[in-house]
Amino acid sequence: MRILVALSGGVDSSVAAALLVADGHEVVAVTLRLWGGPSDQGCCSVSDVEDARRAAAQLGIEHHVFDFAERFEQQVVEPYVADHAAGRTPNPCVECNRHLKFDALLERADLLGFDALATGHHARIVSVDGRRHVARATDTAKDQSYVLHPLVAPATDRVLFPVGGLTKAQVRERAGELGLRTAHKPDSQDTCFITASGGREAFLSPRTDLHPGEIVDVDGAPVGRVDAVELVTLGQRRGLSLAGGGDRRYVVDVDVAGRRVVVGPPERLQRTRVDLRGVRWNGPVPGDEVSVQTSAHGTAEPATITDVDIDAGRATVRWVRSRPLVAPGQSVVVYRDDIVLGGGTAERST
Amino acid sequence: MEIPAQRRSESERVVDLDHAATTRLRPEAHAAMEPFLTDRYGNPSGAHATARDAVRALDEAREQVAEHLGCAPGEVVFTSGGTEADVHAVSGGLPPRSGVPICPSTEHHAVLATVDVLGGTVLSVDRAGRIDLDDLRTRLAWLRTAATEETGPGPSVVSVMLANNELGTINDLDAVADVLADVAPGVPLHTDAVQAAPWLDVRERAAAADMVSISAHKFGGPRGSGVLVVRDRVDIAPLLHGGGQERGRRSGTVDVAGAVGLAAALAVTVADRRATAERVAGLRNDLLSRITAAPFAVRSTLGATGWPPPSGDDPDEVLPNFAHVLVADVDPEPLMFLLDAAGVRASSASSCSSGALRPSHVLSAIAAAGAGVEGAALRLTLGPETTADDVDHAVAALQAVIGRLRQHRSNPVVPGVAPDGSVPAVPTAGGTAVASGAGHS
Repeated sequence: MRILVALSGGVDSSVAAALLVADGHEVVAVTLRLWGGPSDQGCCSVSDVEDARRAAAQLGIEHHVFDFAERFEQQVVEPYVADHAAGRTPNPCVECNRHLKFDALLERADLLGFDALATGHHARIVSVDGRRHVARATDTAKDQSYVLHPLVAPATDRVLFPVGGLTKAQVRERAGELGLRTAHKPDSQDTCFITASGGREAFLSPRTDLHPGEIVDVDGAPVGRVDAVELVTLGQRRGLSLAGGGDRRYVVDVDVAGRRVVVGPPERLQRTRVDLRGVRWNGPVPGDEVSVQTSAHGTAEPATITDVDIDAGRATVRWVRSRPLVAPGQSVVVYRDDIVLGGGTAERST
Repeated sequence: MEIPAQRRSESERVVDLDHAATTRLRPEAHAAMEPFLTDRYGNPSGAHATARDAVRALDEAREQVAEHLGCAPGEVVFTSGGTEADVHAVSGGLPPRSGVPICPSTEHHAVLATVDVLGGTVLSVDRAGRIDLDDLRTRLAWLRTAATEETGPGPSVVSVMLANNELGTINDLDAVADVLADVAPGVPLHTDAVQAAPWLDVRERAAAADMVSISAHKFGGPRGSGVLVVRDRVDIAPLLHGGGQERGRRSGTVDVAGAVGLAAALAVTVADRRATAERVAGLRNDLLSRITAAPFAVRSTLGATGWPPPSGDDPDEVLPNFAHVLVADVDPEPLMFLLDAAGVRASSASSCSSGALRPSHVLSAIAAAGAGVEGAALRLTLGPETTADDVDHAVAALQAVIGRLRQHRSNPVVPGVAPDGSVPAVPTAGGTAVASGAGHS
């Protein structure tokens, strides 16, 4: 096959490319230029492009750079800013996968005559009744199926995750055997356009107004202040300097317009359902019990799906056991065993 | 793990239509340089026979260059290339010349960035990317007035490229010099003649300039070798201070091989320039007329094919090897990718350090003057060795690539992911796999 591999400059995508080359495919590497601003890690820095170029040279494959910065700004950064301004907690990696890697880049791969697009994600593609689904990686600790949930058939027919069946240790071992300079490169962890030094506040403050706010307890008594209500996440416990000791207190309500954050005991967070928007299903909507994951490294919990409106992209997740609420803006991903059936974005938990 | 050799995705044949980027070293330049890369390795600053041998070679190269550029040998400063020459001329060296440097908005970045860092003034251009002389006159007059009123510094230098490196359009330096003499006498005129040198008689075209930059590798000399002509009447400080080489104007051990290679390449270039220009212009015109013919909806950015130019102020005046076109309804990145794979070496907008394509400041500038610049920009620049076969191959490749991109645009594969999750596709069973079959190569 003729395969375009998205080479980020990290160890996973380098080994993904190497595996495809070793299998005898015709492989061309591309690094996406997504972000022109300051960044200390992730997929966008000049040093990452250099690492990718050198890895491609070591593998004897062509390397190109595609500039998707404008789309990234429009489809990832701007919604990220708008979500924060509205008090939601977005997941930009999901949006990048949705709009950049498996829409724009997949379309580009097709335009350029490639049979498939490969990435270094830790996930697998498995067939269920003839339909190809994203599924959890062999290395469950590194599993990225959650952030890949917008990828559904028929696009899954054209996507390959060559390292999804390997553990991270095996990936590094392969990289070492091949002498790839990325073998010992640390994993990227956080949002690529947020610097460790400045954090979300440094990124958001030039782009949107951030407002200080009051923190009150559930009875309305003031217990502290925050610099930016927009940066407070529903369910958050750490990072709020609250007066007085006592029991653990969590953010149970964020009122951006009223500049007010309410904290309370953990039982105030317990919910039995969450409404979703922007839902996409890969195949039929499950009628029986499924497991549902609400954060990148969280565990999936049992639930059923109700109130499905496919055309409007709506559905409701009903938890088998009540659990803490899902912060609005987070991805909610529906699995059967290891297989992604669909997903959407959390709105209200009740 | 065994890694098999990759199948090359490029076709066997390579057609270089990117001569404005760089050129192959001419055999004459290679031969002239070779002794100075091996046995004749003297440092011209020394005081022994090996050094004197290098001095003699350098003197001869300098005389040769001076003759072809129309200056005295003592006015030739060898540099590390066009960028150093431009930065030196525009800044006036270290410390910089006092006052405000001025240039049009279509200059090479070496000039533009230097003008910017010195707080200079950028002039508007016409739709062909050439200096707006009225704007020059107005700004110069204003700066002179400001200076006499001691409210601000006067103009320090005016820098106007002889030919533009993206469009190939040519500025009339005599007309620029007339404005200077009229409004701001004594302000030096610099010209970046880097793109013009392979094709135009710099001696004649840049006679009015006080400083002239050229770069060897644009005309078959080595990369990393250039010249700044500084006429004796011009005050200039060194940019590189140190041992005082090049009459104190450019310190650092002179690259004798580079200077000799530049001189040799320039001599060969000048010797058959007229005939080469006429032949290449014919090929360029053929290329342009064929790729701009229906049904490909490719248009010449300048709408120009004529050579030699009828007169100095003809808007169609352009270097004989430049074809700049705009391809409607395709994106530049896929266009470049597929042309590359088809063996056609071309240039789109200017490239940034990572290799990604960025919008061109030249196209932005002519758009501001009212030129329509919609579409993917493609710069095709021929060279002395370009043949009619090369043109045939390039035309065929362009037509195939553009055809494929257009076909895909009008009939795209179902996107894998909806633009926003708000409109979810209801998947059909056994989704069809991929790929408009055309053009797999």
